[in-house]
Amino acid sequence: MRRDHTVTILCTAFVFLALAGPWLPQWAMFIMTVAFARGLVVLGLLLLLRAGLVSFGQALFYCLGAYSAGALGRFFGVADIFVEMAVGGAVAAATAFVLGFLLARYRGIFFGLLSLALSMILYGLLVKSEALGSTDGFNILPSTLFGLRPGAEWVRYAVLVSAAAVALAAALLVHRYLDTPLGRLAPAIKDNEIRVEYMGASARRAVHVKYVIAGGLAGIGGALAATAVGHIDPEMAYWTTSGEFIFIAILAGTGNVAAPFVGALIYGAIHTMAYDLSPNTWQLSLGAALLLLIVFLPEGLWSLFSRYVRHS
Amino acid sequence: MSVILDAQGLCKTFGAVTAASEVSAAIEKDSVVGLIGTNGAGKTTFINIVTGYIKPDRGSIAYEGRDITRLPPRAITRLGICRSFQIPQLYGSLTAFDNMMVGIGIVLRNAGLAGYFSRGAAPVPGYGRPAEEVAEHLLGRFGLLEERDRNAQVLPGGARKLLDIALAMVAKPRVLLLDEPTSGVSSQEKFGMMQMVLDAVRAEGVTVLFVEHDMEVVSRFAQRVLAFYDGRIIADAAPQAALAHPEVKRYVVGQRA
Amino acid sequence: MKIVNVTHGSFYGIGAYAAASLTAAWLARGYPPMLSYAVLVVAAIVVAVPFALVIERAILRPLYARDEVVILLVTYALFLILEDVVKLIWGVNPYFIAEPYALLGSFQVAGMAYPTYNLVLVAAALFFGGGLAWLLHGTRAGKLLLAVIHDPEVSRAMGVNVGRYYLATFVLGSLLAALAGAFTAPTVSVVPGLGVDVIVLSFAVVVIGGLGSLPGAAVGAAMVGVVRSLSVHYMPQVELFVIYFVMAVVLALRPRGLFSLAEPRKI
Repeated sequence: MRRDHTVTILCTAFVFLALAGPWLPQWAMFIMTVAFARGLVVLGLLLLLRAGLVSFGQALFYCLGAYSAGALGRFFGVADIFVEMAVGGAVAAATAFVLGFLLARYRGIFFGLLSLALSMILYGLLVKSEALGSTDGFNILPSTLFGLRPGAEWVRYAVLVSAAAVALAAALLVHRYLDTPLGRLAPAIKDNEIRVEYMGASARRAVHVKYVIAGGLAGIGGALAATAVGHIDPEMAYWTTSGEFIFIAILAGTGNVAAPFVGALIYGAIHTMAYDLSPNTWQLSLGAALLLLIVFLPEGLWSLFSRYVRHS
Repeated sequence: MSVILDAQGLCKTFGAVTAASEVSAAIEKDSVVGLIGTNGAGKTTFINIVTGYIKPDRGSIAYEGRDITRLPPRAITRLGICRSFQIPQLYGSLTAFDNMMVGIGIVLRNAGLAGYFSRGAAPVPGYGRPAEEVAEHLLGRFGLLEERDRNAQVLPGGARKLLDIALAMVAKPRVLLLDEPTSGVSSQEKFGMMQMVLDAVRAEGVTVLFVEHDMEVVSRFAQRVLAFYDGRIIADAAPQAALAHPEVKRYVVGQRA
Repeated sequence: MKIVNVTHGSFYGIGAYAAASLTAAWLARGYPPMLSYAVLVVAAIVVAVPFALVIERAILRPLYARDEVVILLVTYALFLILEDVVKLIWGVNPYFIAEPYALLGSFQVAGMAYPTYNLVLVAAALFFGGGLAWLLHGTRAGKLLLAVIHDPEVSRAMGVNVGRYYLATFVLGSLLAALAGAFTAPTVSVVPGLGVDVIVLSFAVVVIGGLGSLPGAAVGAAMVGVVRSLSVHYMPQVELFVIYFVMAVVLALRPRGLFSLAEPRKI
């Protein structure tokens, strides 16, 4: 059955990566780690998209996760990567829980732009805060793993494997979640909320739960990204960051939990190339690419893949 | 006979429109009640108020003695009152089978925390069989097995009506409100469809209220008739008596006295 | 029109930039400064109309049949593209054209100097707002537009050229955005990113006022403006925050905004 394939593929990929990892060049490890981080955020977006909700403000939680991780180092001297991810995810999820009371009542354009507005508030607050470095942000401590500080050559690999492990766990959990009645409610909410209510379920509560999960995942992704990049700044809450996540989500499609990570990797490659080619117009390239995707490949790249698999 | 649903003095206005005016009716357990009346008379409003979609300005509804006036639709569904819609409310992009699975999933979820995590094999409370079997069973009861893998939005009108009613039956309600179950169905098929629906439904011991415009269907299947006009109930009697009522003849059936 | 148009913000930015460039060129040639106000308007029209026509026809038109989320994403993509186009054409340095603003001077109100230009802004807002209201409710074309917005299928069945109305609406809406940008240009430094701030603010206004309600938008704008000025004056740190706080409060009390339109019956 298709279900088993996903689990086996994901686990195999992880093992392969863990084994082959040390031989990868540093820049490749960096790109992959960032891809895992972004992929986590997009995994959350996927949950919301399946219910028909487009969040233009996941950068809010991404940024919260990053700043929490950074704050751990800056104010408490803690640099353990798993603690950072856990705290980042928890702070983000808690915020999503509170904000969800407002947001879960809305759909469509209200939901999208309200989420955007909230992320821009955070941006504004961070820019004005001197203690957190204002527009410059601040650097994050080099990571430790369960109390051990890896040697300089091993740091990237350690971060990569941790990222992959967390991504694997998240993907498997979400995959499992999508199999439950609550997970299967998403397309129903998208199609006909009145029917959902009349069958005895609360669409609002379901959306609230999905929003919290998406927020938590984005927070973990943010903490991870901060660790990989080594620096945190308010730009992480800016609307363009949310736009990148949306782009990856559209690129990947909602077909499978592995899609966000593959999409993030492809995006990372495209972004680097576009930026190298012309730093002043990479937004234009992004927008143009997004437009082309929407018009020609609305189901994302994954739909190509699944079509291929079905034929072979 | 015990009263299962008791409406007392329901009033509802939307601006200048009076949708319900002192509507009172005591529905007895296990009965089949027909709701008749012209368009805009207040039949669907009555159903909407009973199921919690609209809150009345005044008045109350009691279900098995318990006041349900202020409850939202999902709470009322969980208590055992379900409805079908004038325009079938389906999950368009899902197959008929998946439509049923969503409904069964909600039942599982409502049954308890374990329902959140259930996969596929767990027996559904009230049916004692796994979800997929229950879905097939219900689809079969309403003659929809052939349509099982077709998307709801491409189903023909009659099948959509039946799927809508099947969805209403998933939660094993004790009261079923059907809003124009045979509308859009050809006259020859109306009787057969109504018989199929009532057979499928009454086997579970369900009290049925149905809105109907075809007086022959009403005469044939209803034990009692509530006639609506202008937001009021103008007649409440057995079908023969109700249809002979002068106001009903004038306002509902359309005959001059 | 039931589409969410993130590109609206871009038109605001483009209007501001076009106005800044054209006015600067106008003044540099020594033409009468008093006519620079007309230049603002002309700049907005010249730049907004062609852009809007092209965008609606080439990009939006084929996608109306799709999910409403698609339109949202498309206008978002266009927004991204236009932000960079603006940077390409005008560069990243700020533009200042203070002359139209400074020219009118200021007058004394309650012991403080109030710039006369702001009165021009208010007058313009009233003129265009009133004009739009008259257009929609007082003219036949306007009423047809309302019908088309409510139900394009039925309108089409009655012989209305729905495509043309959509085009006209989009162009008109974008033009208004560009005009807003043009009129604002003399009061601020025109920089990239103008569009973003305004789209987020406009959203707050529309939400507070109620989707689809013109008087609501006016009230919402007034509220947002007042609240913002008050907070800038008394508590500058919470300036951004306070508007969304107001929005959250309004939404909590009236989920559809202050003046929402009646909802048609669903079931």
